[in-house]
Amino acid sequence: MSGSSAPRPVRNESGLGIQALYTADDLEASGGLAMLGRPGEYPFTRGIHPLMYRRQPFTMRQYTGFGNAADTNARFKFLIANGQTGLNVAFDLPTQCGLDSDDPQAEGEVGRVGMAVDSLRDFETAFDGIDLDRITVSLTINGAAAILIAMYLAMAKKRGFDLKKLRGTAQNDILKEFIGRGTWVYPVGPSIRLVGDTIEYCAEHAPKYSPVSVCGYHIRESGATPTQEMAWAFCIARAYADEVIRRGVPVDEFAGRLSYNFNIFGNLFEQVAKFRAGRGLWARIMKEEYGASQPGSMWLRMIAGGGGGGLTLEQPENNIVRGAYYALIAALSGAQTMALCCYDEAYTIPSEYAQRISLRTMQLLVEEMGLAETVDPLGGSFYVETLTNRMRTEMERIIAETDAAGGIVKLVSEGVIQSRVSAQAYRMQRAIESGAFPKVGVNRYRSDGEEARPVEMHPYKPEDARAQVASLERLRAQRDGAAVAHALARVEADARSGANLMPAIVEAVEAYATVGEITQRMVGVFGRYREPVRFDHRSEEEVAA
Amino acid sequence: MKANGCIRVVLAKPGLDGHDQGAKVVVRAMMDAGFDVRYTGLRQTPEQVVAAALAHDAHVIALSSMAGSHLPFCTRLKPLLEQAGLADRLWIIGGNLPAHDHAGLRALGFAGVFPTGSKLDAISDFVKEKLQ
Repeated sequence: MSGSSAPRPVRNESGLGIQALYTADDLEASGGLAMLGRPGEYPFTRGIHPLMYRRQPFTMRQYTGFGNAADTNARFKFLIANGQTGLNVAFDLPTQCGLDSDDPQAEGEVGRVGMAVDSLRDFETAFDGIDLDRITVSLTINGAAAILIAMYLAMAKKRGFDLKKLRGTAQNDILKEFIGRGTWVYPVGPSIRLVGDTIEYCAEHAPKYSPVSVCGYHIRESGATPTQEMAWAFCIARAYADEVIRRGVPVDEFAGRLSYNFNIFGNLFEQVAKFRAGRGLWARIMKEEYGASQPGSMWLRMIAGGGGGGLTLEQPENNIVRGAYYALIAALSGAQTMALCCYDEAYTIPSEYAQRISLRTMQLLVEEMGLAETVDPLGGSFYVETLTNRMRTEMERIIAETDAAGGIVKLVSEGVIQSRVSAQAYRMQRAIESGAFPKVGVNRYRSDGEEARPVEMHPYKPEDARAQVASLERLRAQRDGAAVAHALARVEADARSGANLMPAIVEAVEAYATVGEITQRMVGVFGRYREPVRFDHRSEEEVAA
Repeated sequence: MKANGCIRVVLAKPGLDGHDQGAKVVVRAMMDAGFDVRYTGLRQTPEQVVAAALAHDAHVIALSSMAGSHLPFCTRLKPLLEQAGLADRLWIIGGNLPAHDHAGLRALGFAGVFPTGSKLDAISDFVKEKLQ
C-alpha cells in the first residue's frame, strides 16, 4: 500500500487501531470464532438466552424520581401507562448519603434530584397501586443500599408479595461510588461487608432479587475507556464475589443474581464489541476462575443505557438523535434492560414530554425497526467479530494489570483509579475543546450566536421539602419508640459483632426507623469514608497501549 | 486582591453532590495554568469551605456544583466568607448552573460564573486577569 493512498490512522477510545476494511484473515488473526458459540450456550458471546428479544424484548426502565413519594408515584404511573415495563428509582441526595430530610446537611437538597425517603412509609406511598409481580423495580441506591433493600422487601412483604418470587434490582455497587458518583458513607472495608451482607441475605430470603448491579457506567462517566469500564466492573464484581465466597456461600447460590449496568455512548461498533466481548469474558471468569457450574452464574445480565457522558448541553435536540443511536447500540448488544438519558437531562430533571420521547425511541426499535426479531444480528461481521476478540484481549490485559498492582480494592482505596480516570477525562475535555475529538454542535456545526431552544425546567418546590420534614416529625411521634430503640440497638450490636446486618436492618425499617437513624448507628461503629485526593497521574501516561 | 507570585486556589464540591468529574478536570487545568490548587473533595459544608480557604490562604475560592443546590448553598456561604475576612478574595463557581440563576450568583458575590460548556482556559484566564 503506498503512503499517499493509506487511510488516515484511526484509534477507538479503547486505544485499538481501526482498519478501513476487515476480512476473514483479520478475524482469524484475532482468534477466529473460538469464543462465539450459540446464543444461550457457553460462552454466551452472542447472548445469554437462545431466543433473546424474540421471546421477550428488553425491559424499558427510565430513571425517575423527584420531590416526595407521592410526586414520584404519579410519574411512575404515567410511565407505566405509556408502556414502560420496569421502574428505575432516583433518590434525592440526602437519602443516597444516609441522611434524614431534617438533617442540617440536607438543607436545600430534599427531593431535588430524586425522591426523598426517610422511612418505610415513603416506600409504601411510592409503590402504591403498582403490581410488583408485573413491574420490576430497580433502586438506584448505593451508600444506603442495605437500608433501602430492606425497605423494599418489607414493603413488598407487607403488601402480600412472596419474597421467594419477588424480582427487582438494587444498584448497591459501592466500589464504583468511590471512583465516581460519590454517594459513599462508610470506609471501604465495612462498605464491602455490607454489599456481602445484602447478597448473602437475598440469596436465602429473596432468591430472585438482584441485590447488586455492578456499574461500569459511572466509571466510564468519570473518564474510563470502554474496555476499562468493563474490565474494572469485572474486577469489582469479583471483589464482591470473593467477599461472599469467603463466608462459605457456594458461587452458584448467588452469582446468578449478580447484574451489571454499562454505558452506551461513543462509537457504535466499539460499544457492541464491548458487550459481546464482555459476555464471553465474564462467562469464562465465572466458569474457570470461580468454578461456577450453573449457566445462570455465568450470564452477563445487564442494563445498558444512559449515555449521559455523550449528551451535550449545546443543541439539546441532537440528544434525541444520539439517544436513538445509543438505544440501537443497546439493542444490537443484547441488553436485558435499557434506559436512556433524556434530551433535556443536561439541564434538568426530565419532563414527562422528554421521558416519553425516550420511551418511544426504545419502543420504535422493537415495533418498527426489527431489533427484536433476530438474535445478535451483527454476529459474523468480520469487523465486529475481530473487534470483539481484540476488545476481550484488551479487557483481559487490564484485569491482569489491575490484579498485578494489588487488586481493585487496593487501587480504589488509594485513589489510583480515581486519579487515572480524571487524567483521562481531562485529556478528553482538552480534545473536545481543541476539536481533536469531534462533538457535533459543540466543536462542529455550530454557528455563533445561535439561540438555544428553551428547555422546560423542572421546578424545585421548597414547600415539598418542608412537608417531607413535617411528615417525618409526625412519624417520629406516632411510631412505637421502644420497638425503634430495640431495633437500632440491634443494628449497632450486629455492626460490632460482624453478624450479617440485614436481619437487624429489616427489623429496624419495619419499626419505621429512618434512613438517617440506621445510618448513624452504623457510622458510630464503622466511621466515615475519607476520600483520597490525588492528581499524580498525568494524561501523558495514559495514552492507551 | 492581587496575587504576588503563585495563585492559590481552593476548589470545593459543595453540599451532597457527587459529580466530581468536572471539578477534577478544572483542578488539572488550573494546575497546568501554574496555580497552586487545593481540592477539598466531596460533601463540603459552608463552614468547611471557609476553613479550607483560610488554611490555604486562598486567593480564589472556587465551587463546582452539578446537582442544583448552588443558590441555597451560596446564600449560606456568603456571610461566612465575609465574617472570615474573605470578602476580598475572588469567588467563582462552575457547573450545571441554569442561565436564570447567573445574576443571583453574581449578586451573592461570585464574580466568575462558568456554566457547563465553558472553556477550561477561559476559567484560568479569568482568574489571571483578576489577580495579576
